[in-house]
Parts: sequence; C-alpha cells; structure tokens
Amino acid sequence: MILQNILNDIEKVDGEVFERLEHVSRRNMFQTFMKKAMKGAAAGAPVVFASMLNKAYAGAEDVADVLNFALTLEYLEAEFYNMGLAASNLLPQGSVARTIYTQIAKHENAHVALLINALGGVKPGGAIAKPTFDLTYKGAFANVLTNYDTYLAVSQALEDTGVRAYKGQAPRLIGVPAVLEVALQIHSVEARHAARVRQLRGYKGWITNEDTSNIPGVGAVYKGDNMITQANLNVASIAGIQTDTASEAFDEPLTKEQVLAIATPFVVKFN
Amino acid sequence: MTQLPKDSTDVSRLLTGIDSARLGRRIFMRYLGATAAAGVALSACHSEVMDSAVPRGAGRAAAIGEVVDLGDLQTNDVAILNYAYALEQLEAAFYVQVMMTPYSGITDAERIILKDIRDHEVGHRELFRTALGGAAIPDLTPDFSTINFSSRDAVLSVAKTYENVGVSAYNGAGKFIKSADYLTLAGKIVSVEARHAAVIAALIDPNSVSFAGMPEVDDTTGLDKVRSFREVLTIVAPFLKQKFNFNAA
Repeated sequence: MILQNILNDIEKVDGEVFERLEHVSRRNMFQTFMKKAMKGAAAGAPVVFASMLNKAYAGAEDVADVLNFALTLEYLEAEFYNMGLAASNLLPQGSVARTIYTQIAKHENAHVALLINALGGVKPGGAIAKPTFDLTYKGAFANVLTNYDTYLAVSQALEDTGVRAYKGQAPRLIGVPAVLEVALQIHSVEARHAARVRQLRGYKGWITNEDTSNIPGVGAVYKGDNMITQANLNVASIAGIQTDTASEAFDEPLTKEQVLAIATPFVVKFN
Repeated sequence: MTQLPKDSTDVSRLLTGIDSARLGRRIFMRYLGATAAAGVALSACHSEVMDSAVPRGAGRAAAIGEVVDLGDLQTNDVAILNYAYALEQLEAAFYVQVMMTPYSGITDAERIILKDIRDHEVGHRELFRTALGGAAIPDLTPDFSTINFSSRDAVLSVAKTYENVGVSAYNGAGKFIKSADYLTLAGKIVSVEARHAAVIAALIDPNSVSFAGMPEVDDTTGLDKVRSFREVLTIVAPFLKQKFNFNAA
C-alpha cells in the first residue's frame, strides 16, 4: 500500500513525523486509513493524509503541491495525445507515428491516474480536477490537431518541458523517498518520449544548447539548456568534447515558475 | 582485451609520471573548489567526502580481478557517485570501442548518433572522476570479449542493455541521495541516458514501442523500471574484470 510506504519512508528520515502531525496519533492515523481502506473508501484516506502531511511540513516538503503541479502537466499531455489520436487524418492508421503516440498516450493517461490516486482522488484538498485546455496555445499552433508537423512539434515541446519540470521538482521530494522514486520513474519516461518524438521529426534525440529545432515560439522550453559547466567541471574542456556535445550530455531543470509560464497559455481555466 | 580501449578523448590516460601527478593535483584542486561550491549540501552530510570507509583508488588502473570497494550505497552519497562513475566508465569504454571499430554497414546517421552518445558518456565519466577527486574508485577494465563489435545487431543490443540498465540504476539510486545538488546532477544525466535508450531502441526497431515499452516501461503504470544496486551490479559484472564490494540491499 503506497500510503504506508510513504509514511514509513518519512519516518525513516524524520522519526518525529507522527509528533509533527497535529492532534493525530500514529495509531489513530493508521486506524483511520485501514478502516476506510477496508470499507472500500480508500480514496478518502489519502486526502486526510495529504492535508495532515502538508500541515506538518508546511513550506518545506509540500508533496501535494509537487504532485498537483505534475498532475497539471500530465492532464495537458494526456489531453493532447487523446485528442491527437481521435483527430481524423492526423496520425494515420498503421503509421509509425500512430504506434508511437498510442504508446505515449497510454503512459500519460497512466501518469494522470497514478497521480490522482496518490493525491487521494479528485476533491478539495486532494487532486485538482482536469483544467480546461486550449491545445492551440492561444492560436499560436492553430492547426495543431490537423497538421502532422505542428502536432509533432508541439508534442516535442511538451515532452521536453515535462522532463525539465520533473527534474526541477525532484529535490523538493528528497524527504519522501517513495514519492521521489515514482517522480523519477515518470521523469525518465518523459525523456524517452521526447527523444523518440525528436527522432521522428528528424532531429537528434538530445537537446543541443538552446536549440528549438525549428519550433516557433518555444524559446522558453529550451532556455538555459546550454549549460556546459557541471559541478565545477567545464565539460567542453575535456579533450575531444565539443561545446554542443557537452550541452547535450546534461539536461537542465526548469523551476516551477518557468514551467507554469510555458504551460499557462494552454490553460483556459482551472476547474 | 586487458586494458581500456585507447580513448582519444581522455587526456589523463596519455600522461605518465610527473605529468600525471600534476593532473592529479589539478583535479584535486578542482575537487576542493567543487566541495566549497556545494556548500550547504555537503556540510549537512558530514560523513560524505572524508569518509574513511570510502577507498581511495583515484588515478590508477585497477588490477585485474581486484575487488573494488564502493562502500555503503544506501547511506553514502560518495558511494553512490562512485557507483554511477563505475557505470559511466563501462558505457564510455563501450562506445569508444564501437567508434574505433564500427560495425559493418554502419550508416552515417548511426555514426553520428553513436559518436554523440560516446561523447556524452565520456563527459559523464569525466564529470564523476573530477567531482569525486581523491575519493574516486580506480579505473576499471572492461571485458568486452563476448561482444562482436563487427555486428550491428550485437552492438546495438548491448547498447540498449547498457542504456536501460543505466536509466534504472539512476532511478533506483535517486531516493538514497541526500544532497539536492547530487540528486539534480543525477537527474541531469538520467534523462540523457533515457534519451539514448529510446534512440537506440528505435535504431533496432523503429516501428515499435520499444523506445518506452515493456519490460523497461510498465504499460499499466507508465513508470520506468527501477533496479536495485545489486541487480545493476549483477548485470554489469560479466562486462568488467573487477568485482565490487558494497553494502546495499
């Protein structure tokens, strides 16, 4: 049971976790969870848990905030792929593209389900509801659901953003190993998606400097990905390693604020 | 093969004697710089860098059959960095060999991809070598005797294995890393390994879901595989002429 794992993991790094939880003894907490779980109302328990956790670690490790942030991106990706696969004449039956996007859609929908579950279901204090999206990005990609090239381009931008977004959030999950591990497992899958889509478009699977690979208006997605100094080593100073290659060898994180600035034009409203 | 393949990108291997000692000092000074910059994260983990349980093997080639001590992988960030360093040494050596003796029928596109990957892996290896400084494990000796480097199928198959193992290794190690800086560094690398894995898989079979498919990525959860330290070290063992001693589940 994922809840118990999370609790046990927190206790490993913070033996006083239960004392931090206001007015709730360990025994009561488990009894509540187990009772609800056994009644088949498991969805209720994580909500209680998430809100207690947030109170106990307010401002430090806001797990629910990270997960809802991730969920927003996953909702967007899932919608993008579900709509793309449903659109007529966009991804032809039997094409390599359709094979690829069917697989990617499967993963993004799974990520949505997983995050909603981890947050205790869609309800106040739990997982946010699916926002209303505008896949045209306020008209910037007006033909995204009718033009193959545009669709692939936006898909690449979404996946590369996703990789950078998860990477930026990982340190916020250091105190919660079970959640961190899942976030990392999603992170690398997004990178696999990104690479395959880039390859499908005829580009390298990795990001060179801040190159947008001919996608208009997505400079922010690749901004800062041209780092060549890592842990004080100028990687380009290694004999035989070019600056371009040095930048490709390391994917850079984006902050939550940077990601939200990129994603906001997709969001009509939160529900 | 008794030595690492000649690696034109690796200056340190070409130096001997006084030059090598100078390089060692330079790397050591860089290491001090890195430590100072890491600041809060490192000071919060007092046992890390100067942990006497971590063997000093930096700057020498490990003997054939030597048992290399990685330390306690579940509690020590330096041990985890050395674990990653070991994997990157193997990957880099593999792609260096691939590019030195390209398989028959290699296309220009494949040559570009494999050269890129080689350089990424060399970059990763050198990064860990530098960051670890005097705490680094010695240079490992790959055993590629079972790999037919003239065969496209054989080379790409091994590449796929290495990349997938690399991804799952970083994914499994992440939760044991204490320093936010090191976790971010591992994150910067693991997504590039995942990109490699997807691209190699697509070279092998473009019209398939193997870029992110079972058994590496679970169809139901959409999650990439996690391998424990022991699982990973067991998979890579046949490809190295050293063995590892380590503490981990």
